[in-house]
Amino acid sequence: MSTMSTTTAAIQASNDFVIKFANVNGSGSASANELFARAIMGMGVPVAPRNIFPSNIQGLPTWYEMRVSEAGWLGRRGGCELMVAMNPQSWDRDVAEVAPGGYLFYDSTKVLPRSRFREDITVLGVPLTEICNREYTDPRQRQLFKNIMYVGALTALLGIDLGVVDGLIADQFRGKDKLIGANINALKLGYTYASDHFACPIGLRIERSNGVGERIFINGNDACGLGAVYGGATVAAWYPITPSTSVIEAFSSYCRKFRTDPDNGMARYAVVQAEDELASIGMVIGASWNGARAFTATSGPGISLMQEFFGLAYFAEVPAVIFNVQRGGPSTGMPTRTQQSDLIACAYASHGDTKHVLLFPEDPYECFKFGAQAFDLADRLQTPIFVLLDLDMGMNDHLCQPFDWDDQRLYDRGKIMTAEELEAGKNFGRYLDVDGDGIPYRTIPGTHPSKGAFFSRGTTRNAYAKYSETGTDYIYNMERLRRKFETAKKMVPAPVAKRAAQPSRFGAIYYGSTSPAMAEALVQLAAQGIHVNSLRVRGFPFADEVVDFINEHDAVFVVEQNESGQLRMLLINEAEIDPKRLIRVLHYDGTPITARFISGMIADALSARQVTPVRKQVAS
Amino acid sequence: MTFLAKPNLLRPDTPRNTLGYTRRDYEGAISTLCAGCGHDSISAAVVQACFDLDIEPHRVAKLSGIGCSSKTPDYFLGASHGFNTTHGRMPSVLTGAALANRELIYLGVSGDGDSASIGIGQFAHAMRRGVNMTYLVENNGVYGLTKGQFSATADRGSKSKRGVVNSETPIDLAALALQLGATYVARSFSGDKEQLIPLIKGALRHLGSALIDVISPCVTFNNHAGSTKSYDFVREHNDAVNRLDVILPRDKISASYPPGSLRRIVQHDGSVLHLRKIDKDYDPSDRVGAMNYLQERHVLGEIVTGLLYVDSSAEDLHRHLNTVEMPLNKLQDDTLCPGSKALEALNASLRSS
Ligand SMILES: Cc1ncc(C[n+]2csc(CCOP(=O)(O)OP(=O)(O)O)c2C)c(N)n1
Ligand code: SF4
Ligand SMILES: [Mg+2]
Repeated sequence: MSTMSTTTAAIQASNDFVIKFANVNGSGSASANELFARAIMGMGVPVAPRNIFPSNIQGLPTWYEMRVSEAGWLGRRGGCELMVAMNPQSWDRDVAEVAPGGYLFYDSTKVLPRSRFREDITVLGVPLTEICNREYTDPRQRQLFKNIMYVGALTALLGIDLGVVDGLIADQFRGKDKLIGANINALKLGYTYASDHFACPIGLRIERSNGVGERIFINGNDACGLGAVYGGATVAAWYPITPSTSVIEAFSSYCRKFRTDPDNGMARYAVVQAEDELASIGMVIGASWNGARAFTATSGPGISLMQEFFGLAYFAEVPAVIFNVQRGGPSTGMPTRTQQSDLIACAYASHGDTKHVLLFPEDPYECFKFGAQAFDLADRLQTPIFVLLDLDMGMNDHLCQPFDWDDQRLYDRGKIMTAEELEAGKNFGRYLDVDGDGIPYRTIPGTHPSKGAFFSRGTTRNAYAKYSETGTDYIYNMERLRRKFETAKKMVPAPVAKRAAQPSRFGAIYYGSTSPAMAEALVQLAAQGIHVNSLRVRGFPFADEVVDFINEHDAVFVVEQNESGQLRMLLINEAEIDPKRLIRVLHYDGTPITARFISGMIADALSARQVTPVRKQVAS
Repeated sequence: MTFLAKPNLLRPDTPRNTLGYTRRDYEGAISTLCAGCGHDSISAAVVQACFDLDIEPHRVAKLSGIGCSSKTPDYFLGASHGFNTTHGRMPSVLTGAALANRELIYLGVSGDGDSASIGIGQFAHAMRRGVNMTYLVENNGVYGLTKGQFSATADRGSKSKRGVVNSETPIDLAALALQLGATYVARSFSGDKEQLIPLIKGALRHLGSALIDVISPCVTFNNHAGSTKSYDFVREHNDAVNRLDVILPRDKISASYPPGSLRRIVQHDGSVLHLRKIDKDYDPSDRVGAMNYLQERHVLGEIVTGLLYVDSSAEDLHRHLNTVEMPLNKLQDDTLCPGSKALEALNASLRSS
């Protein structure tokens, strides 16, 4: 072990640290890194890995950050104890990022001057290229096996059971014995080198645990695609855009599995790659108008293009489900980074007085759950439903509770008037509020030969869908739509509150992918004697509990991943909250928010307000 | 369960089709278009075509974009569901509707601004996808509803009411549809219902994307001397290549045709297209020939009408997607939802320790 450190003690940690891999995009590192993450989980230790990748297929720097946490903190924590620096391009900044006392793993084939290292970290050099060049002749093999080789070396360095990794490789290449042998061989080369040259394990160790339990490991996009299958979607129309593309890919592949007619191989679903996002949402609206469950998946630029149609669907009262996997925007580059910056664009999408229902899942479990539920909501409310996730949740695999489904549950298709009801003479007014909840009845095209047909259009109509430019008809309609939005309040998932260990005058509101980092941040704060109650918002329009929560506190931090504080804006606007009581905690550089960032911001804000931590108060 | 429409109280000698419907059963609300507008004649032709074909009105879904033309679906087939969508985007909404229920008949109504200007992208892609629909463009060369600006089908040299001469190259939607793979392409004139009605009937019975570009003069903004979309101009320059009769399997063929003057095309659903030749060399099964012919005649300032192209063995989008026969909107929970057992198996495959 070439320890350059003289001043700083090497960090000692078991099952609780951050490893970061710095790689070159397109070098095949992604699957090796994932293998390593799975190896740690195979040891029973929870891991939260995140890709930080460029808008590029090959050549630019890419990072893979792994939060290892026995306690199950699955957000980004911030900081890094072990850097696996495989990219000369980003070397300096990668080296600089290692925590004092941390570790730097690198390919030592090429000798680097001492000045490129740091005195306060432990350097672990393995001549990966040299070993590869000796062992392999094919350039592609040299690259791929180099990746497996560092996995082998790290397996030894962190004290991971080699058998666990062997098993994963055997699973991955099942049926291809040659590949299994070759990969295991490369793994062993790395493992042996590290074991021979360093005292293994180093200060960072993985120890067997049962922290992972029953949890599953999947990304949010796959979960949304599966949710759409379970939710009964039969039509998907889309246009490719990162980071949402894999929602549709997942839907298609789950449909091939679950929705192929076993008798004739025919499809009980239709997926159309449209010419653009306008056409995608148009197809969704057409299919939903015609009684199928339909959805699209997109990201910010697609949301922008769909605006006119959102208005049409809102006013014509056509169900639609939109998965918006948010990213930074516009253009290319930041778009492969994560953000929660489309809240306002979705909440008030389109021209005219529109307002839309939004759902905020926190992890793949909720992506599945809300994804399926969105179709019931769209049918019940006859309006577009936006499921807002983001790149971090959508494209990274996350550990989450296993999916569940109640077989007794039937799809709720909402208020659809049947041919029998029409025949029996039931009064049908397409835009008539018969139940006082603002939700009218609809009929599906083709229902009855002479009753229940109507001409769908925007707002220019009366309660019976007849053409009308009369002001009173317009007002009746708008007031009914407001009532419908009130009804939606009780239908969207309720917020989840968490009380601090001690009474507090301060609260924090957050949503979506901020959730796991928030959970750890609250514990970090509590450790400093700062107690904050928290509320996770799961839907818009805001349930009454959200307003009550704010009113119970002197001030509430609104933690989100955008620059303008969009949830805060919505709260101010929709819940008529005094802006002074809502303190912004904003993270928007394109990387997922970290627990340390949140706790730091909240602690700073409270000390600026000269709030004495509760612990000190008690002590004095 | 099937429900029957209640018969209207009409004089006993009112003509009825085989299903017992009268023409009035195919009508809609009173038109609010200008008196003499070509679009109203097209609505009347749709009514007649559906009556003649014994279509149950509620089995039609009519969709449109925005414009005077796109308002017309309110004025026919009052017992059908209709959707007045957004400007230029009817094709995508229709595509989605057609995906949801393959059993209905889809009628798309659009204008030249709606299809050739703002909506040309969606127009093109619906044609190339083979959406099973009848797509009517009510083509007047102007934006009627926004008061007479040129549209993208206005001919170069055509003069506006205010005397402005159009200098931009026109888009020929029929020519474009041919290039894009539409499988039934026709052009007609709102002032010639003998030609138009059979063309609509043939299209309604066609499996695949059928486009009819109907020149439909705007009496208010584009019917003056110097316009190439006026009643007079179209009458003078109409170069019809053929005349169509649509023969249903139930019909007895009574007319007799001189030898060599008729072409018989059997469509997917058994309906037969009888094409009486006007131009004896014109071959409506030759896509490239049709494209060339249109270009040649366009240069001569002529408006080619008739059934320009038909592919009687066409396939539609559902065939391409291999969707089940049962309409997707009729599939129920038991076939759609894989259930908790499948989910448990999936969970097991996603476990990591
Ligand atoms: C997005 C959008 N832009 C502009 C308009 C205004 N607009 C309404 S109808 C129309 C033109 C319609 O022309 P065409 O399709 O030829 O129909 P016509 O009235 O001639 O039958 C325009 C530009 C609109 N409704 N929506
Ligand atoms: S303005 Fe022209 S297109 Fe519109 S209704 Fe009048 S005549 Fe018809
Ligand atoms: Mg026009």
